[in-house]
Amino acid sequence: MKEEMEVLEQTIGSEYKYGFVTDIETETVPKGINESIVRLISKKKNEPEWMLNWRLKAFAHWLKMEEPKWPNVKYPPINFQDIIYYAAPKKKKALNGLDEVDPELLKTFEKLGISISEQKRLTGVAVDVVMDSVSVATSFKKQLAEVGIIFCSMSEAIQNHPELVQKYIGSVVPMTDNYFAALNSAVFTDGSFCYIPKGVRCPMELSTYFRINTENSGQFERTLIVAEEESYVSYLEGCTAPKRDENQLHAAVVELVAHRKAEIKYSTVQNWYPGDANGAGGIYNFVTKRGICLGEYAKISWSQVETGSAITWKYPSVILKGDYSVGEFYSVALTNHLQQADTGTKMIHLGKNTRSRIVSKGISAGKSQNSYRGLVRTGKNAINARNFSQCDSLLLGNQCGAHTFPYIEAAHPSAIIEHEATTSKIGEDQLFYCRQRGIDTEAAVALIVTGFAKEVMNQLPMEFAVEAQKLLAISLEGSVG
Amino acid sequence: MLSIQNIHAAVEGKEILKGINLDIQPGEVHAIMGPNGSGKSTLASVLAGREEYEVTEGSITFLGKDMLELSPEERSREGLFLAFQYPVEIPGVSTTNFIKTALNEKRKYHGLAPLDAVSFLKLMKEKMQLVEIDKALLTRSVNEGFSGGEKKKNEIFQMAMLEPKLTILDETDSGLDIDALRIVASGVNKLRNKNNAIIVITHYQRLLDYLQPDFVHVLYNGRIVKSGTKELALTLEDQGYDYIKEAFGATTI
Repeated sequence: MKEEMEVLEQTIGSEYKYGFVTDIETETVPKGINESIVRLISKKKNEPEWMLNWRLKAFAHWLKMEEPKWPNVKYPPINFQDIIYYAAPKKKKALNGLDEVDPELLKTFEKLGISISEQKRLTGVAVDVVMDSVSVATSFKKQLAEVGIIFCSMSEAIQNHPELVQKYIGSVVPMTDNYFAALNSAVFTDGSFCYIPKGVRCPMELSTYFRINTENSGQFERTLIVAEEESYVSYLEGCTAPKRDENQLHAAVVELVAHRKAEIKYSTVQNWYPGDANGAGGIYNFVTKRGICLGEYAKISWSQVETGSAITWKYPSVILKGDYSVGEFYSVALTNHLQQADTGTKMIHLGKNTRSRIVSKGISAGKSQNSYRGLVRTGKNAINARNFSQCDSLLLGNQCGAHTFPYIEAAHPSAIIEHEATTSKIGEDQLFYCRQRGIDTEAAVALIVTGFAKEVMNQLPMEFAVEAQKLLAISLEGSVG
Repeated sequence: MLSIQNIHAAVEGKEILKGINLDIQPGEVHAIMGPNGSGKSTLASVLAGREEYEVTEGSITFLGKDMLELSPEERSREGLFLAFQYPVEIPGVSTTNFIKTALNEKRKYHGLAPLDAVSFLKLMKEKMQLVEIDKALLTRSVNEGFSGGEKKKNEIFQMAMLEPKLTILDETDSGLDIDALRIVASGVNKLRNKNNAIIVITHYQRLLDYLQPDFVHVLYNGRIVKSGTKELALTLEDQGYDYIKEAFGATTI
């Protein structure tokens, strides 16, 4: 048995592949946060005054707030004065096209398996890549513009489409929403912006790749996706960071707006550096993601595969305002070693006949703690609201934990809310059974975990499903103990 | 094919097997009988390579290889199959996918390319008929919610798919009604040939009625105390294990 554990540990604890650092000249602002840093960031981005004022308001509010203590995670206090709030790869000159992107950067993203170069892309996926605080490049912009789709960095959107940004920013996640959202609102540096006009079905997957590179920096990006009536977009974000001994903060905000009959499918493959086996280093992933179905029959679907980060704290949520609107949340959250995750969703039913579906699969290994926290609320006008929640936990080994915190608030008697939960464990008996059939421990764990997560994996865009599956297997290496 | 020499094995420091000797040739069926706690299932576990069972003395040679040097998965790929007394449930993994993975791991080990989907389905169809297993079971998760009979049939189906050289049936008859027993036994009989061998571990004669072993061994107190032909099983059925206990003394159980 002991040997089996060791094999598991070796096979499942493989190295984080994306832990390298790119040696590139970076422009940073001094450590710490105060009003002049907020002003400096805004100035560096040449922002209009309304944007600066919005930031300053958020900052003033943040100062009055307290860090949330309710998540089921433990970490030493964050010193917000010890973080660099702006770090950008130095541009040699203004870019005229993708060909002019710094080769070192191109190499970095090639190494990460992300090709910015359009010719090399096999599949029709447009990518916006964000390194530290700024967007480096966005591909397929022209092709998308032909059908009226705007896909660019947030900074560009503020410059070129201020009316859209001003209308929607903070409309789903107000700057006062929570501690980390307020911080993000004050210091956000970039992110992706995406606008799908009425009746347009986006012809390719849109994707943003986030990379933290600079030491001691935090990443605070903001993504805003607006889908006008009867439009459709599928969007995917991925992320990685170098291996470092200290923790780095990633506090992002994502806002989705779906108008009448629009559909937004938002997928995340989160692979931030999780820290080492002893819990040193890793990203604190404190993220606020929320979408609103504004009009009738709108649909927002979140899919996430969370394998990275030392601590994950995020609840991609849907406000179902439009009648007959639909919200979905599909999640696989895997924690290993000393990782902690407190993740789940909120489905806020406001409109009539709204429906939501939650499928959460938590996998805990090593000494990690994995919590599902979900809220289903039906408002007093939400006649015939329906929700189905399924929360399953899989444990590997004896030292990890799985927790479920479901909250249900139903204000109308016609609501039908179902919640199912299971907890299972990969046992020695299962592993031995597999091995007796010629399937070694590593393959057996992968087989069992894949089977467990299948329902969620099926929701991912095909191009990423395979990658996500591999990621699960890799993240599990060294997991049972 | 299999040569067990003076095997001693312990679990948590307690010696269970106290010097087992057994030789098995291709084409043979050996039955191992004995009262509860005699070490029958321990022997199966030792052969399959369960790590809780520590081999303290002796050697096992399987197809010319030192079996004790091989991991459980290597033993399997070399051609050892254990039909479990209590087949394990694996939620979320379809039986088909499980068997396909097992088969391809074995093929890889022997330097063969994975079986393509068409050939695999063809093979499945053929073997399904052989062991009379319901197709619907194969799309379900491995053994999850299966009845006792379905679990045992699934074991024999996997045996059919993996075509082992040596199969150990560990109390495959336990928990089976008479119809299921007949189907399982007839499946095993159809899989028998002159190149493979079977070890049948059982308490009872009834499975042996179907399988007609070439040799019967009585395991008692960690040793094979008596060997003979199938008539020995009948004697045991007649007289019970008490006569063995009297003859060989229940000094240390």
